[in-house]
Amino acid sequence: MSIDALRRRRTARVVDAAVWGVPAITVAALAWLLADVVWHGAGQIDLAFLTTAPRSAGRAGGIAPMLVSTAIVVAIAVAVALPLAVGTAVLLVEVLPPSASAGRWIRRSLDILAGMPSIVFGLFGNLVFCTMLGMGFSLLSGGLTLACMVLPILMRAAEESLRGVPDGCRRGALALGMPRHRAITAVILPCGMPGIIDGLTLGVGRAMAETAALVFTSGYVDRMPSALTDSGRTLAVHVFDLSMNVTGGDRWAYATALVLIGLLLVTAGLLSLASRFLQRKGAHKP
Amino acid sequence: MTNLHAVAELHRPPVDEPGPAVPLIRARGVSVSYGARRVLGDVSLDIARGSVTALIGPSGCGKTSFLGCLNRMVDLIPRCRVTGELRLAGADLLDPTLDVVALRRRVGLIFQRPNPFPFSIRHNLDLPLREAGVRRKEPRAAAIERCLRAVGLWDEVHDRLDHAAGALSGGQQQRLCIARALLLDPEVLLMDEPCSALDPISGATVEALIGSLKERCTIVIVTHNLAQARRVADRCALFWLRDGIGTIVEQGTVGQIFHAPKSEITAAYVRGAVA
Ligand SMILES: Nc1ncnc2c1ncn2[C@@H]1O[C@H](COP(=O)(O)OP(=O)(O)OP(=O)(O)O)[C@@H](O)[C@H]1O
Ligand SMILES: [Mg+2]
Repeated sequence: MSIDALRRRRTARVVDAAVWGVPAITVAALAWLLADVVWHGAGQIDLAFLTTAPRSAGRAGGIAPMLVSTAIVVAIAVAVALPLAVGTAVLLVEVLPPSASAGRWIRRSLDILAGMPSIVFGLFGNLVFCTMLGMGFSLLSGGLTLACMVLPILMRAAEESLRGVPDGCRRGALALGMPRHRAITAVILPCGMPGIIDGLTLGVGRAMAETAALVFTSGYVDRMPSALTDSGRTLAVHVFDLSMNVTGGDRWAYATALVLIGLLLVTAGLLSLASRFLQRKGAHKP
Repeated sequence: MTNLHAVAELHRPPVDEPGPAVPLIRARGVSVSYGARRVLGDVSLDIARGSVTALIGPSGCGKTSFLGCLNRMVDLIPRCRVTGELRLAGADLLDPTLDVVALRRRVGLIFQRPNPFPFSIRHNLDLPLREAGVRRKEPRAAAIERCLRAVGLWDEVHDRLDHAAGALSGGQQQRLCIARALLLDPEVLLMDEPCSALDPISGATVEALIGSLKERCTIVIVTHNLAQARRVADRCALFWLRDGIGTIVEQGTVGQIFHAPKSEITAAYVRGAVA
């Protein structure tokens, strides 16, 4: 065997190792992280933990109010950001001519927004929603702040997925005598839905995991909220508080984190199911 | 308002229509420009009701642009300007206030690449019907079956109407698109190289279909396949670039164009098909 062939074989082995090694490291890191959280947190979790209010700053009792606050804040964020994002994407892709400078400016601003540290959103939300608009520390302020934060993610996903809709579909719909708005709602949006749902998964994940933007807007109060104008503490803020400010809160922080991760996985799973369901209904090619 | 009426009345020929001599489509001096660039100049063409007209000619001479004028798909192209006189059963097709939605329901278009929506077969066909206001399910199902039978697809797909249309073969997809266009009972069917993305067998199926559609609607077909033009068409129009601007150099029956061309250009162009 020639030296060349040997060398080629060695190179191939190195490449193989790199190709398999990198994903292996990624998976291992994830597994380690999960194992750590499960190991420290699983023992605390039972039905009571999920259904009762915290006692003694979270060292006892449960996380029911945080679950509710998280759901409300995320729901507000999605309810506000999703229509805005899809509407803007439709405007950019379907209505404005590709050369329009408005499109360029909207896209550029969104890119800058997307790169903004979340603490900046927190300060912004505090100033605008809590103070200027007089909403105070409330789930509403928190939800709206999160909406600003996930808007660029949803927007980008919606825009990309609408751009991905084949032109043949667009022209086909119009050639069949569909008015423009019906072509958009009956053909183009359904075609782009799987991509929009992917973006939604990312955005909801980001919103659920957020702390810095919420500490200054929806606040810390760990009581069960009874109105949107109440302050409320989300799961992620609770984890942060337990691990930073509560001595002996570590195990409870882990337990809450485990619930949060579980919730993220369940949400992602549900959204992917929804996407799959739409595809099976024929909304997308298999 | 008058235009809305004019288009709505298209499918019902006026009572005093003076016989088949009056063409369904009448083009006089039609020109098309994209921005400052004129691509089609001075096209005059008559198309009789119930005929198959083939538009032939080399690439880039404006055949697609001309088709686009007939159902106003050119409206989608910014900076596209059409001048001249273009009438469909007397209605002015170039009127900027024309109801293009109604027009496109009367003048269907089949694209070069089959473009079924990425939905189920049934939903592909349901959509245009629902858009046209057919609310109840049974008449929709009946129309779907009728049109699938018309394109010879019913036996192939009746038991999998809820499967994705994208899973059909290219030829089946194209026939599905034709069925989808037929649902609205168009008076004119425009076909822009409908077989060029298909294998020869699927192409032959679509070709046979064109013959059978003649009774239902007037067909204008663009094709690069001269043999196909001879097989399916009654009349032929040869588009050609003159000084960079597309125009019709000769038109007539298939026999005239292929066997007794008047123009040198036509003779040279069809020689490929005849020789
Ligand atoms: N949207 C457009 N914007 C600008 N120019 C265009 C546009 N569409 C077509 N053209 C130009 O118009 C001319 C005629 O194009 P058209 O597509 O009508 O030709 P065609 O005869 O259909 O050609 P082919 O046989 O290749 O399909 C071409 O030179 C093309 O570059
Ligand atoms: Mg063309």
